[in-house]
Amino acid sequence: MSEKDFQVDVHHIARVEGHGNIVVDVKGGELKEVKLEIVESPRFFEAMLAGRRFPEAVHIASRICGICAVSHTTASIKAIEDALGIKPSWQTLTLRKILTCAEMIDSHALHGFFLATPDFVGVPSVIPLASTSPEVVKTAIRFKKLAHDICDTIAGRHTHPISLVVNGFTNLVGEEQMMDLLSKTKATLENDVPRTVEFFSKLKIPEFERKTDNVSLTSINEYAIYGGIIKSSETGEYPPRDYKLKIAERVVDHSSAKQAFGPIKPYMVGALSRFNNNYSKLTPGAKAAAETLGLSVPSYNPFNITLAQIVELVHCLETAVGLTEELLSRGIKDEREEQPPIAGWVAKLPEINKSWGVGVVEAPRGLLIHEYKLNDDGLISAANCIIPTAQNLASIEADMRKFVPEILNRPKEEITLLLEMLVRAYDPCISCSTHLLKVDFVE
Amino acid sequence: MGKPKVGFFEFTCCEGCQLTVLSLGDKLLDLFESVEVVNFREASSYKGQDYDIAFIEGAISSSQDVVRVREIRKKAKICVALGACAHIGGVNVIRNFHNQSDVRRRVYGDKAWIFDSILAQPIDSVIKVDYVIPQCPIEKSEFLCVVSSLLQGKKPFIPDYPVCVECKMKKNVCMYHKPNPIICMGPITRAGCGAIAPTFGNACEGCRGLIPDANLEAYEWLLRENGLSAEDIRRFYRMYNGLMGEGK
Repeated sequence: MSEKDFQVDVHHIARVEGHGNIVVDVKGGELKEVKLEIVESPRFFEAMLAGRRFPEAVHIASRICGICAVSHTTASIKAIEDALGIKPSWQTLTLRKILTCAEMIDSHALHGFFLATPDFVGVPSVIPLASTSPEVVKTAIRFKKLAHDICDTIAGRHTHPISLVVNGFTNLVGEEQMMDLLSKTKATLENDVPRTVEFFSKLKIPEFERKTDNVSLTSINEYAIYGGIIKSSETGEYPPRDYKLKIAERVVDHSSAKQAFGPIKPYMVGALSRFNNNYSKLTPGAKAAAETLGLSVPSYNPFNITLAQIVELVHCLETAVGLTEELLSRGIKDEREEQPPIAGWVAKLPEINKSWGVGVVEAPRGLLIHEYKLNDDGLISAANCIIPTAQNLASIEADMRKFVPEILNRPKEEITLLLEMLVRAYDPCISCSTHLLKVDFVE
Repeated sequence: MGKPKVGFFEFTCCEGCQLTVLSLGDKLLDLFESVEVVNFREASSYKGQDYDIAFIEGAISSSQDVVRVREIRKKAKICVALGACAHIGGVNVIRNFHNQSDVRRRVYGDKAWIFDSILAQPIDSVIKVDYVIPQCPIEKSEFLCVVSSLLQGKKPFIPDYPVCVECKMKKNVCMYHKPNPIICMGPITRAGCGAIAPTFGNACEGCRGLIPDANLEAYEWLLRENGLSAEDIRRFYRMYNGLMGEGK
């Protein structure tokens, strides 16, 4: 099959967030070109942030993404708190961590069941699955429902949380409400996790490997999601504020999202990178799930991202249970008087200590960085957001360059499907990634 | 007659409204039973050719978007704007008030003009929109209400009274009466969200658009009373309502 000519051109890849095309050109059995085109209209989010008062920035930043709104809100809050020198309370941090767990559960269930599974079962979407395997779809719906219940209760809603703000929460969640969430989370762990792990352990994951640099947050205390320092599996660890020394972005003609590169370019972020970098910090149940799924460290098969997400789904459920139990044992206090949350358009802003801050968090799709500069009036004067998918774009293209020659002897339809599955495995969030448009803005 | 064919489409947005549809829980399965979903790229690789109802999410922000939304209009019997971006442009409109060439050059440097981008606008600036489901993101219950109205051939009900009405019914303390008031757009914003923001201790930001005949004069007096300058007021409106028009 060496003398082969063909083009793959997948216009608007389905079951991913946002608009992207796959373009592959093979001539005489040789790979000439491979591109993941990002055709989402540029959204200029950093320009929207510039000139806004910082408490509003949090709600604007949330609108970057409907799936990972909690992560964008959290990264935005952390950047502002870093700039203002604010140290939120233990209770606030714990509630935020529970929210990030809930978002992980929601996003991973969405991707694993709704977006990735149809390929393995050979159907175009979750819709026919609802009649052929209703139990699978219902399980996914229960995970999502739980995650939404958690977010709705603590922060008003999941997509675009309301009360999650700088220095705390504008509402006070009740202990009874948290107890209710605790029992629901435990029930999900007991009833839905075993069959989910079982279901995913039976999926036939395509064979492929490409050794890469895994980049994620890491922490000595926990499996890093809410915070920590940045770790590259190949070049070591560094504090978030140094991210610009390590991560460079560049504009490529075929993508309205800039591509990000590290010292060992390209690199990978997301569930598999976190799993590879921080395996030892996973909860016992999550480690057991990894074993059942046949996933061990390090894994360099990007198709395993979906499995790593299932491991994290279990980890986040167990972590949410642990955090909620600790919260309840300490008792929930109304801290709004002594540590007032800073929300919306308050007439008087607190004094600005530092002029810039960096906030990092592990979004479901990987490392997310927000950086803001503030002026004396509390207005955002410049913003920069490094989005997980933008960091993975170069990695996806590198995978395709290695993968296409390995599968060249297969029918074109199969090659196309495998490439779509590869892109979908990364769970790309394209509308997010078109926002990493750095804008310096002077009011 | 078969089930009505429904398509979901998205333009410039976060896709949070379609994700809200995917998060309907058990009701999602009911939806899949009552209609034939023929286009839902976010959830499916299957694409249909004509639609009884097209739900369109997102703002129009490139010339390519203009062409695509017109094509959808041609193939659809009913077009529904889904969420704030499609309805009033959403937060996308914020950038319209910056110098566009400046923004582009700073973003893409010497490649400033290779990407297609126009000022962000709601979909009704390009096509005729039959119905609107407001809010950022949409409210699940309102979406289901609109769908069931449309399936019964009825005109969907969207409130035209302000958020304050719902806020009072929730017995919330008014944001302006708190010890540290947070400037709230409830008095001029269309209700239907159940005053969700004030209920969670935060201010309404106007994402459902303005009520018809909003008394802006009285409202701006209230804002000035609370220390906002003319520039502040403009900026505040521009979170969601930079393009405010009659009852949008």
